[in-house]
Amino acid sequence: MNQIIKKQILNPTVTLMEIDAPMIAKKAEPGQFIILRVDENGERIPLTIADYNREKGTVTIIFQIVGASTEALNHLNTGDYIQDFAGPLGKATETEGLKKVAVVGGGVGCAIAYPVAKKLHEQGCEVHSIVGFRNKDLVILEEEFKNASSKLVLMTDDGSYGEKGLVTDALKALIEDGNQYDTVITIGPLIMMKFVCSLTKTYGVKTIASMNPIMIDGTGMCGGCRLSVGGKTKFACVDGPDFEGFEIDFDEAIARSSIYKPFELKAHETLCNLYKMEVK
Amino acid sequence: MDVLKRIPVREQDPEVRSHNFSEVCLGYNMEEAMEEASRCLKCKNAKCITGCPVSIDIPEFIKEVEAGNIESASKVIGQYSALPAVCGRVCPQESQCEERCIRGIKGEPVSIGKLERFVADWSRENHIKPEIPSVKNGKKVAVIGSGPAGLTCAGDLAKMGYEVTIFEALHEPGGVLVYGIPEFRLPKDTVVKTEIENVKALGVKIETNVVIGKSTTIDELMEEEGFDAVFVGSGAGLPKFMGIPGENANGVFSANEYLTRSNLMKAFDESYDTPIAAGKKVAVVGGGNVAMDAARTALRLGAEVYIVYRRSEEELPARVEEVHHAKEEGIIFKLLTNPKEILVDENGWVKGMICVEMELGEPDASGRRRPVEKSDSEFELEVDTVIMSLGTSPNPLISSTTRGLDINKYRCIIANEENGQTTKEGVFAGGDAVTGAATVILAMGAGKAAAKGIDEYLKNK
Repeated sequence: MNQIIKKQILNPTVTLMEIDAPMIAKKAEPGQFIILRVDENGERIPLTIADYNREKGTVTIIFQIVGASTEALNHLNTGDYIQDFAGPLGKATETEGLKKVAVVGGGVGCAIAYPVAKKLHEQGCEVHSIVGFRNKDLVILEEEFKNASSKLVLMTDDGSYGEKGLVTDALKALIEDGNQYDTVITIGPLIMMKFVCSLTKTYGVKTIASMNPIMIDGTGMCGGCRLSVGGKTKFACVDGPDFEGFEIDFDEAIARSSIYKPFELKAHETLCNLYKMEVK
Repeated sequence: MDVLKRIPVREQDPEVRSHNFSEVCLGYNMEEAMEEASRCLKCKNAKCITGCPVSIDIPEFIKEVEAGNIESASKVIGQYSALPAVCGRVCPQESQCEERCIRGIKGEPVSIGKLERFVADWSRENHIKPEIPSVKNGKKVAVIGSGPAGLTCAGDLAKMGYEVTIFEALHEPGGVLVYGIPEFRLPKDTVVKTEIENVKALGVKIETNVVIGKSTTIDELMEEEGFDAVFVGSGAGLPKFMGIPGENANGVFSANEYLTRSNLMKAFDESYDTPIAAGKKVAVVGGGNVAMDAARTALRLGAEVYIVYRRSEEELPARVEEVHHAKEEGIIFKLLTNPKEILVDENGWVKGMICVEMELGEPDASGRRRPVEKSDSEFELEVDTVIMSLGTSPNPLISSTTRGLDINKYRCIIANEENGQTTKEGVFAGGDAVTGAATVILAMGAGKAAAKGIDEYLKNK
């Protein structure tokens, strides 16, 4: 069991938790993830490590409340315990030797993009961060990104904060302006990463996407997280989660992400009704 | 009583059991067990013992059963096996102990497995606990993986006085006993949990959620955490796929995923959160025990189920009892059939499978007749779910993160069969991590041999 050291509401649907997990904190690198189970009857869900503190022995996760398990997790408070917390899993994002990088994050994906930007920044790389949100209320980690980037472009779909438009608009403008990136690293919804990749492909800029398929064990024993990369089947939990963006079959990944949609909706509804009853 | 025939074991009716996850085989009661035990000839040079990978003194424990001294029988078995309730249920006895039983020459062999199971179940119900070792030798051994190999090795080492810690990647110990073999063959809350509690009662610590190779490494355990030796029993959990078109469609699962969802995560039970896309018409590709388990699980989740296997019934690698049970429950066997392509609808879901008929050709190097495609025999099997059960190989996570631990071309860890010693000093290995996917009892045998090997190594160090 791992204790929640700190809980912070970042926006109406996104929560940050700092978890006591010394063993994981000792090893964690940007791009890696953990698998957690909220309670005894819970499912195993993967969440990317948003930050870690090796001295304190803590690992930070940032999650969006999208269904039953994240809803249940969000019901826990500082001092409560999480049933199971395993990691760090997956391969770390490769940052070695990079001199100029565009980090493109979307929504809660920004929580995953942030430690990557931070690490690149710390090793002296010129980091241009482009972060996108649906609207002003959903903006997270703005200060953190500012400190970790030499340039930050904040986009909102409706223009309620920062610039109006999509992250691809901003990335396109930066590339057209003559910025030559060694690599573009993109983390966010599948559809966003797909469009980032098709944009950068036209410019021939190497692009890495951090994939987030359905997972169970996260250690390579089931293949639930498999995807097609360059025509080959890869397991995101051990071969990734980062892959060469142009090689990924995004349409297949999008289809696979919907396998349990009906189950997820029903589970969420049931849980919400349960919480409503508690309130009464 | 006809001494040539076994005392039949009571089972759930196929009609009833195909709709539930309760255990199929109900086991012997005291009277039946004592009667079956009386069929044993108590041979002096008992051949059955040589058929058992952990060499249980079978005539000795059966003698106690015949006399009704079940606690004594349990002590006899306990000297050799740490998991009798499991092995009595899942060992392929027909090719091990029972195959060599003298009674089997002119009639049916003694039901050794069912008797072992009876003794173990009786001991659990009567709260007979293993004897706790009193002497500690102050040496620390790490065991990687809590499957049958790891549990056996840890139990034996604890009995010898070692301070043992098991590291398990999943949230529950047991390995294939909890995520692989279904509830209807091996009940988790009673049988598996009790066997694990018994190992813990010997003083073995189990740390779950630790992924060796990621959370920490074997080198760190030995250099920083003060472990004097390590046993690797990490199994062969990496599923194989066929590489045919459509294999990544929605509705195609590895047997590992399907079974993990159902067994470990209890997706069959509505009070648990993990979902399972069970399917209405399911094809399970493969013919091993795992294929039978997946097929019978899908059936219990309400599907019509086909086993698709490229060889004939004779070559089915699954246990005879499991094939028999599967047939009784209504699983449809499509033998000498091989999938060529999985058909996918416009939303990315499975809508069928193109198969081809096979015939058996000349024997290959291994002596098995090779299946060859019949020309113009393609046909479409209408299914909405496909479960690939083609075998598994060892996960490279541990071998790739441990300095000096060599593997062979099948990615199996190279280890001495006698004592489990690997190419790295102080590191021993056994079970599926060394042999590739095999049986529970062979893994236990390897765990036992390695415990002896580790003891000898540390005594001479």
